[in-house]
Amino acid sequence: MTLLQVRGVTKRFEGLVAVDSVDLDVGEGDILGVIGPNGAGKTTLFNCLSGLEVPTGGEIRFRGHALSGRPDRFTRAGVARTFQNIRLFPHMTVFENVLVGRHCRTHVGLASAIGRGPRFRREERESEARAEELLDFVGLQREGGVVARNLSYGDQRRLEIARALASEPGLLLLDEPRAGMNAQETRATADLVRRIRDRGVAVAVIEHDMRFIFGLCDRVAVLVQGRKLVEGTPTEVQADPRVIEAYLGTPTG
Amino acid sequence: MRLHRPPPVAVAGAVALVVGCLSPWATFAGFPGKMSLGGFPGGARLFCLLLVAGAVLFVVDVGGRRRAALATAIGATAVVVVNLVALVDQGGDIGSVSWGAWLALAGGGALVAAAWRLPSGHPPPEEWRRRPAAIEVAVLATGLLALLGAVVWGLEIEESSRFVSFLVFLTFSAVALHHLGLFSGLGVLFNRYPRIAMLLGAAVAVAFPFTQQGNAYWIRVFASIGVFAVAAIGLNVVVGLAGLLDLGYVAFFGVGAYVGALLANASLTTVHVHLPFLLVVLLGGCVAAVFGLVIGLPTLRLRGDYLAIVTLGFGEIFRITANNWDGLTRGPNGISGVPDLAVGGFDFGASHSLLGVTLPGFANYYFVELVLIAGAIVVFTRLNDSRIGRAWVAIREDEVAAAASGIDTIRLKLLAFAIGAFLAGAAGTVNAHVTTQVSPDSYTFLESILLVAAVVLGGMGTVPGALLGSTALFVLPEKLRSFQDMRLLLFGAALILVMRFRPEGLVPSRRRRRELREEAPEGVPGLAGATGAPPGGPVS
Repeated sequence: MTLLQVRGVTKRFEGLVAVDSVDLDVGEGDILGVIGPNGAGKTTLFNCLSGLEVPTGGEIRFRGHALSGRPDRFTRAGVARTFQNIRLFPHMTVFENVLVGRHCRTHVGLASAIGRGPRFRREERESEARAEELLDFVGLQREGGVVARNLSYGDQRRLEIARALASEPGLLLLDEPRAGMNAQETRATADLVRRIRDRGVAVAVIEHDMRFIFGLCDRVAVLVQGRKLVEGTPTEVQADPRVIEAYLGTPTG
Repeated sequence: MRLHRPPPVAVAGAVALVVGCLSPWATFAGFPGKMSLGGFPGGARLFCLLLVAGAVLFVVDVGGRRRAALATAIGATAVVVVNLVALVDQGGDIGSVSWGAWLALAGGGALVAAAWRLPSGHPPPEEWRRRPAAIEVAVLATGLLALLGAVVWGLEIEESSRFVSFLVFLTFSAVALHHLGLFSGLGVLFNRYPRIAMLLGAAVAVAFPFTQQGNAYWIRVFASIGVFAVAAIGLNVVVGLAGLLDLGYVAFFGVGAYVGALLANASLTTVHVHLPFLLVVLLGGCVAAVFGLVIGLPTLRLRGDYLAIVTLGFGEIFRITANNWDGLTRGPNGISGVPDLAVGGFDFGASHSLLGVTLPGFANYYFVELVLIAGAIVVFTRLNDSRIGRAWVAIREDEVAAAASGIDTIRLKLLAFAIGAFLAGAAGTVNAHVTTQVSPDSYTFLESILLVAAVVLGGMGTVPGALLGSTALFVLPEKLRSFQDMRLLLFGAALILVMRFRPEGLVPSRRRRRELREEAPEGVPGLAGATGAPPGGPVS
């Protein structure tokens, strides 16, 4: 069953075509890898898929509905993301960061927040329980009261994932989730991605680490100069001569 | 408790200061506090003498004693210096300074030198040992009473030089107590008993008019502070929580004031309607909130400096419109003769006698404003501690990440604007009655700046900060009337000092403190204190 359907998405920046009519499908339970040389348009594609950039052309459908507008609409529809250069709320605590992620799934308004009625308290309790569960899930259960800025690099990435999961997404976009991590942390991240999939959340992940991508993903899409060159299983992609020519010929580590 | 042997320099300095403070400081009669006479600590000499008590820290081993001792020593010296300048100014030459002052100055210098050489020692405990609830509440109550006492004491001081000495005394005592951990300890207690603390605070605020013995002057000033404080809390939602710098905020206050004046059937007005006061307050708030939305809708897509500039423009548009719309606002003449409030036969303009104290009419407005402040506090704290408040802070921290986390940033920014405007508008309606007239020149750019300054000085994102900031900004100019020409200059200097030594404001929120003190972990006094310089305080 297709979750995300991308058809002909194009993003032009004055003359430069960063993403050139890309088609992409992500099904329920998929882990899709997106690879490509630097400047291939991977992050721009993710920005289009999460509403941070408005595509110049094409269509994005999620669960059958067309997505457009500001980023919060995409998140509410069920597409959550993390950032290549971690973007947490640095001076809020770890717990508060995750609670912010609950925003689009909670509804109390002004009057209820000021009046502190039973609905407000029930919703806050639910949010807090969810946040605790998520911190537990990513392994930050002991760090709840720590200021986000003071977390280690790997923990900051994990917190960003917990915050994204708090919005109960159907699809999670991870932009280089293992950047700056050592081998052991990388394995833990791959494991975390699999466990996220097991929760019923599809994952699309941008990475430069080939071993990470080929060991983790069900399918891999290769982007070169804004275009999708190949898409297939890791074995197919690895064997494809065009990929080897365009990308694997120049090892990037 | 371990005791230390005080260094001889400290003992000599303290003795010199005590003797100096009991000796004449002036060679001519007529200086406030009978300074030409010895044998008693008259005038500013009392503040100096009280600060000498800090010399006890040379003996007693408590956390943070070096910085506290340094603060009291510098404070005592500063009091002497302030009075030296005043003495020379009034007496005409250096000969008008008597030997007592010189002795005190030397003693102060010796104390500073001795305190400088104290070992840094250990920091004060972040939290006091738990004690029975009754004792902890009593400590809280004592702290709040001391605050009231300090305010009342300060207001009673008439002469400028003596008041400046008092300010120096207050500032450096506060710095010393801060380094001894008093305020963080009280803060912990405050958070432990929030409701009791609020009630105690309210009781102290209600008690204030009773300390004035029927004298209306300061009650009138505090009636002005009250409305300003409500507006400052509203601005704190916009600036402190959502991080939107609004430089035209006073326009919302003005909108409320015009609504209040027009609907109260003033003697010189264009609209002859008289609605019940409670309705007018709500209406004023709502009209201002609508203005907030109208201004916010096109501008809130802007960020940072751009937003500040555009809001500044809107503030001016309001003032100029009010100045020219003769048919509604009576132009530069304004609406005047706003009648006193009368609810159910109770005339707010008249004095009333209560508990044997005559309360002037302004006290009634002051009490109304206290209710309004309480309402604003409830709105502020409860929103702050909800999904809405978290979303605001998230927007301030990283707008892109907030949007990507599912927050409708435009909508929440509009909400912050509207709530801020509502509070300012409600305050404005009351202000129309307090000042009995409303005219465009009360809503200038400078007023907006003063409001922002009150919030920044007091501490962004906290209620006590907004209250303290607005009180300081009103009381100090009233008290320093003899420096009238230099008021803005002194005010600017005070702002610079606070920004240098305590950028997070006098009563900062924890989060704000984290932002501005990148290096120092929580609970450790900032780097500024390490040089022995005083962290801020309303020095003028």
